[in-house]
Amino acid sequence: MSEDSYSVVLVYSTSYALRAEKVLADAGIACKLIPVPRHLSSDCGVCVRVRRADREPTRGALEAAGVEIEGVYDI
Amino acid sequence: MIYFDNAATTWPKPPAVAEAMVHFLEDVGANPGRAAHRRAVESGRIVYDAREAVAELFNAPDPLRLIFGANVTEALNLALRGYLRPGDHVVTSSMEHNSVMRPLRALEHQGVELTVVGCSPEGFLDPADVEAAIRPHTVMIALNHASNVVGTLLPVAEVGRIAREHDLLLLVDAAQTGGAYPVDVQAQRTDLLAFTGHKSLHGPMGTGGLIIGERVDVGRLRPLKRGGTGSNSELEEQPGFLPDMCESGTPNAVGLAGLRAGVRWVLERGIETIRAHEVTMTQRLIDGLGAVDGVTVYGGLDAERQTATVSFNIAGMAASEAGLRLDEEHGIMCRVGLHCAPAAHKTIGTFPDGTIRFGLSAFNTLEEVEQAVEAVRQLAEEPR
Repeated sequence: MSEDSYSVVLVYSTSYALRAEKVLADAGIACKLIPVPRHLSSDCGVCVRVRRADREPTRGALEAAGVEIEGVYDI
Repeated sequence: MIYFDNAATTWPKPPAVAEAMVHFLEDVGANPGRAAHRRAVESGRIVYDAREAVAELFNAPDPLRLIFGANVTEALNLALRGYLRPGDHVVTSSMEHNSVMRPLRALEHQGVELTVVGCSPEGFLDPADVEAAIRPHTVMIALNHASNVVGTLLPVAEVGRIAREHDLLLLVDAAQTGGAYPVDVQAQRTDLLAFTGHKSLHGPMGTGGLIIGERVDVGRLRPLKRGGTGSNSELEEQPGFLPDMCESGTPNAVGLAGLRAGVRWVLERGIETIRAHEVTMTQRLIDGLGAVDGVTVYGGLDAERQTATVSFNIAGMAASEAGLRLDEEHGIMCRVGLHCAPAAHKTIGTFPDGTIRFGLSAFNTLEEVEQAVEAVRQLAEEPR
């Protein structure tokens, strides 16, 4: 797995993405809010990008914090 | 100059409020939640942080069930007009502001049944009277937490317990208490909490909101407005999830930046500290005014049972004249008249003439209270 491979977490609204950013910061997982890639959704909002190696810890941290996830995709 | 019109809008604000708003306008500026570039994300963070700060202050478990809007009036309209349907019965008190009473009277014309439970002449509500008003089709009890006229605290926690026992929702108008008195949606069993930013949360005007508890059926709630949310943009239908469902259109992000700073100031100072200072000033004001011949002070006359808002009249002088002379001759800014709450004035016996209202805030001082009492004494002692 290269350093440049990422996963994105799609959530239902920007407010959820901002909450996810806080939850991940508390969990020590680096993330960045980016525009939702067009091939994943036609939504105009943001999603949460994490390193692919952090994908499952990310999913776990968000689920534990009650942040509803629309989908998790490798990009 | 003495500013005693804090029950309408607090002033001055903590310096951090203006600083946060200037920072937003000069260094952030972008639309929150509508794009993913750095400034849009930072703008969104500021709005989200404001959400978290307000949720923390009111002990609301989920910041995403907090709807931001223009003020408490908009929040109350969302709760009342968004939730109630023809055939529903709602119970309220005779101490309500028109922000509750007018939406309810309009709903009454549309087939919602309304019971207005009477309060004592001091402005207090007996929870047993609320319980006695409940009918089989009652769905909601709507109460202010404290009167904007005489400051009297209503027993929201006790009514919340009654609401739960009867499977009803409790809507609380915390306009006069938020930031000045403990407001806890869990301990006070509040299902819908309407708040405003520009009073004791020390934010700017144009900010407020509604906290929607877990017991509220969101599917039944109709938004007051529909439009762009930055989410589900492929759909022409309004999203069905909070907060987006009820937050269409670009929000007052610069105002919310200020609100966040104001609420953080309240959290840092501590509600207990703020409250203790206001109780001391309020009791001194009640006792000082009460000792002046010809002055009638309304309410329970006990600072522990009210907010820092005191209504009074001077015998033989219209409230309007007293207000003008306090401003022009003594530099005291206050509000006179009916305070948008005719029902409350009927309850305390001051309708339609109204009262002189001194509304204090955390930034007032005992010295100002003493000066104001002396000014009222001079007006009251004039030969007439």
